[in-house]
Amino acid sequence: MRRSTARRTRATLAVAVTLLVAGCSLMGTGRDSQAPTVTLVTHDSFVIGDELRKRFQRESGYRLRVLRKGDAGELTNELVLTKDAPIGDVAFGVDSTYLSRAVDNGVFASYRPEGAGRIPIKYGYGANDSPTPVDAGDVCVNIDLRWFEQHDLEPPAELADLAEPRYAGLFAVPDPATSSPGLAFLLNTVSTFGEQGWQNYWRELMNNDVRISSGWQQAYKQDFSGSSGDGSRPIVLSYASSPAAEVDRNGQPRTKALLDTCYRQIEYAGVIDGATNPKGARELMDFLLSWKFQRRMPEQMYVYPVLMGVELPESWQGVAPRPSEPTEMRPQRVERDRAEWIRQWRSLTNR
Amino acid sequence: MAVPDEPVTADDASANGATANGATANRARPDGTAVSGPRPRGHAVFITVGAALVLGFLGVFFAWPVVAILRLGLGSGLGAVLTAPETWRIVAFTLGQAAASTVLAIVAGMPLAYLLARVPVPGKALLRALITVPFVLPTLVVGMAFRALLGTAEPNAWAIVLANAFFNVAVVARTVSGLWTQLDPRATDAARSLGAGPFRAFRTVTLPALRPALWSAAAVVFLFCSTSFGVVLVLGGGRYRTLETEIYLRTVRLLDLSGAAALSLLQFAAVLAALAVAAVARGRRENVLALRRSRAAVRRPSGVEWVPVGCAVVVLGALAAPIVALLVRSVNARGGWSLAGYRALSGTGGVLDVSGWQAAWNSLRTATDATWMSLLLGVLACLVLTSLRSRWAAELMDAALMLPLGVSAVTVGFGYLVTLHVLPGDLRTSPLLVPFAQALVITPLVIRTILPVLRSVDRRVRAAAATLGAGPWRIRREVDLPLAGRAVVTAAGFGFVVALGEFGATGFLARPEAPTLPVAISTLLSRPGELNTQMAYAACALLMLVTAGAVLVIETLRSDSSGEF
Repeated sequence: MRRSTARRTRATLAVAVTLLVAGCSLMGTGRDSQAPTVTLVTHDSFVIGDELRKRFQRESGYRLRVLRKGDAGELTNELVLTKDAPIGDVAFGVDSTYLSRAVDNGVFASYRPEGAGRIPIKYGYGANDSPTPVDAGDVCVNIDLRWFEQHDLEPPAELADLAEPRYAGLFAVPDPATSSPGLAFLLNTVSTFGEQGWQNYWRELMNNDVRISSGWQQAYKQDFSGSSGDGSRPIVLSYASSPAAEVDRNGQPRTKALLDTCYRQIEYAGVIDGATNPKGARELMDFLLSWKFQRRMPEQMYVYPVLMGVELPESWQGVAPRPSEPTEMRPQRVERDRAEWIRQWRSLTNR
Repeated sequence: MAVPDEPVTADDASANGATANGATANRARPDGTAVSGPRPRGHAVFITVGAALVLGFLGVFFAWPVVAILRLGLGSGLGAVLTAPETWRIVAFTLGQAAASTVLAIVAGMPLAYLLARVPVPGKALLRALITVPFVLPTLVVGMAFRALLGTAEPNAWAIVLANAFFNVAVVARTVSGLWTQLDPRATDAARSLGAGPFRAFRTVTLPALRPALWSAAAVVFLFCSTSFGVVLVLGGGRYRTLETEIYLRTVRLLDLSGAAALSLLQFAAVLAALAVAAVARGRRENVLALRRSRAAVRRPSGVEWVPVGCAVVVLGALAAPIVALLVRSVNARGGWSLAGYRALSGTGGVLDVSGWQAAWNSLRTATDATWMSLLLGVLACLVLTSLRSRWAAELMDAALMLPLGVSAVTVGFGYLVTLHVLPGDLRTSPLLVPFAQALVITPLVIRTILPVLRSVDRRVRAAAATLGAGPWRIRREVDLPLAGRAVVTAAGFGFVVALGEFGATGFLARPEAPTLPVAISTLLSRPGELNTQMAYAACALLMLVTAGAVLVIETLRSDSSGEF
C-alpha cells in the first residue's frame, strides 16, 4: 500500500509536470512578443480575421490585442467603470443606445480618424465629434418566406400589422431588459407609436400571443422557423443583415427583413481617454475606417459599413439590402429614459 | 493497508450515528492532533504560511474586489431596494428554486453514488466521465436544450429546477461516492447480521457515516443553484428572477450599482445563512470511521439492493437525454443528416478566429492552470483546517473559502475592474486572470472533496501513530496521504472539469483572448445562419469529448491495487 501510494504520487506528479512543461499552461504567454501592443476593447460580435489582423500589425508595427466584453451595453458599462484606469486603447462597439452614457462619462478622447470625411451626413457625425461611427446594424423584423408561401398568408409589412389577429401566435421577440436587439425593438416601438402609444401597442402584442424570450438566441434559433427550421414561429426580431446568412443551396433566400420595421443602431469606435498607447490607438482608428477593413465588415460581422462608396458584397445586394428609412432615436433621449421604459415594459408584460 | 484492521462494530457505528448531533464540546479534536503532544516548530510555521497564502489569495481575488464594488454602490438606493416587495419575492424565489434543485440533485445523485461506490459496473471510469459531462456544458446551451426537450417556451419554474439539478447531480454523486467507496462495509454487514433490514442498516449505519459528504455536497449544490444564471435567464424568460439575474441586470445592463450592491448584500446574507445551516447540520463532530477499501465492498447487488441500481439507471437516462439531444442536433440539419458542422469546425475562417481544435487546446491550457492553482490552495487549506485547534477558527475559514461559490460572478467580475489595476502588471487584461478567477470557484470544491475524507480519518489511528513516535509530518505522510490521496485526484479531476466549463467571473469578465470552447460556442450561437448553429452544437460535442477524455485520464491515475475496476 505504501509503495503503491508513493508510486501513484510520483505518477501523478509526473503527469502534472509534463502537462505544465508541455506548454499546457498560460504562464508566460501574453507578454511573448517584443512588439508594442495596441489593445482593442470590443463586444463579442467583433471579428477581424487573420488576414486583416496581420495586415494591420505589419503596417503599424503594433501587436493587436482584442478584448471582448459581452454586448454593447456591457462593453459601455465596463468602459465607464474603468475610465480612471482604462483597460485598452481603442473601444469599438458602443452603439447609439449607449453612446450618451459613454460620452457623458468622458470615456473617449477626441480624435478624427483619416477617412472620417467619407462618412455620410445621415450618421449625424459632426466634425468635432468623438467617437466615430464605424458601421450600422439595423434591427428589423424578419420573416420565414417559405412559411408564408405555404400558408398562403400575406406577410406583415410594418410594426402595426404584428398586432393584427391574423398574425396571432406567429411573432417571437427577445426581452429588452436582457437583450440588445430586444432593447432596440422597444425603442423602435416608442419611436414609432410615441410616448402615449407604445404601451398600448405592446398590450396588443401580448394579446396577440407574442413570444418573449430572454435572448436573441432563443428567439431566432429556437422559436423562429426560418433559420435552422427548429421553431414554429415565422416572424422574429433580428437584423436587416440576417437574411444574408440564410441562403439555401440554390442561392435563394429563406428569410427576408421587413425594411419598414427597422431601427438604426450605429456602432462607434474611439480612442479611449487615458490610453496607454494613444499613438497606436489612433493608427487602429484609421484602420477601422479604412477601405480594406470597411469592405470586409459585412461578411465578418453582419453589419453595414459607414463609408460612402463601400459596396456591399454581391450576395447581399438582393438578399440583405440596406433599409432606406429606419427609425432612430437621439442617444440623449435614450440615455434619459431607457431605464424607465424598461421598467414600464416589465410591469406591463408582467416580468 | 495503512489502517490497522480494527473492525467497527454495529454498536459503535450506530452509536456514532445516534450521537452525531450530540454536543461534545470538551472532547479533544477528533483528528488526534491534540493528543499528539507538542508539535515541532516547522509544522506550525508551515501551517501559518499555508493559511496566509490561502487567505491572501482569497483577500486579493475575492474580498477586495467585492468590497470595492459594493462601496461604489452603497448609498441612497439601499433602503428603496430593501423595502420593495418585489425584492423579497426575488429572494424567496432564489432560495426556493435553489432548495428544490438541491433536493432533486441529492435524490437523483444518491443512487448514482451507490452505483459508483458499491456496485461492480464494467467501465466505471467511463461512467464517472459521463456523469461529469453536464457540468461543462454552457448554461445557455443547456437552457435551450431543456426548453426544446420540455417544450416550455413560456417561463417555467420547474424547468429551472430540473436544469439546475441536471448540472449538479455530478456534484452529489462524486462527493458522496468518494466517501462511500472508503467506508468499511463490515459495519453494514454487522448491522445486517444483527437483524437490521437493508433499509434500516442504510439509515442507521451508512447514512450517518455519509453525512459529512452529503452536507458538503448539499452546501455546494445549493450555492451553485442560488447563483445559477444562464439557466434562470433562458428558462425563466424574465418572469422568474433570482438575485443573480437581477444583479446582472442592474450591474451589467443598467449600471445601477447601488441597486446591485443592495441585492449583493442580500445574496451575501442568504449565503452565510445557508453555510451556517450546513455547518450545524454537518454535526459538532465528524464521525469516526474506519476508512478502508476492500474488494468485499464492491459486490453484486442482491434482492432489494437492485432498487437503488434501478433508480441509478433511470437517473442516467435522464442525464443522457439532453446530451443525446445535443449530439443529434450537431449532425442533424434542415437538409437531413450531415457532418457539415464538424467539417466547418475543424477549419478556420467563418466567425471563429480559430479552429475547434485550437479552441479545445486553449480550453485545456486554461483548465490546467486553474486546476493546479486550486489544488495547491485547496490542499493547503485542508491541511490548515485539520490542524486548527479552535473549531471556530476552522469553521470560519471554511465558510470564508466557500463564499465565492455563493456570490454573484458579476459582482466579483466588476470588482476586478475597479481594483486589480492597482497590482503590478494589470491582471484585468492578463490571460492569467481566467485561471485565477476560476481557482476562486474551484478551490472550495477541492476542499469539499478532500476535507470529509481527511476529517474522517480515525483519530485512534493518528493517536496510535503518534504514540509510536511519529511526528505530524510523518502522520500526514503515513496516515493522511494514503487515505486522502484518492480524494485529491478526484478533486483534481472535478476541478479540471469545472474549469473546462464557463464558471464564475470568467463568464463575464475574464474572457480569454484566445477563445476557449465555451467562448466559441457562445460566439457561434449569437450569429444567424444554419451552419453556425450546427457548428455550435458540434463544438458542444467536442467539449463533451474533451471533458470525458480528461476525466478518463485522471481516473486512470486513481486506480490502484484495490481492484475496483
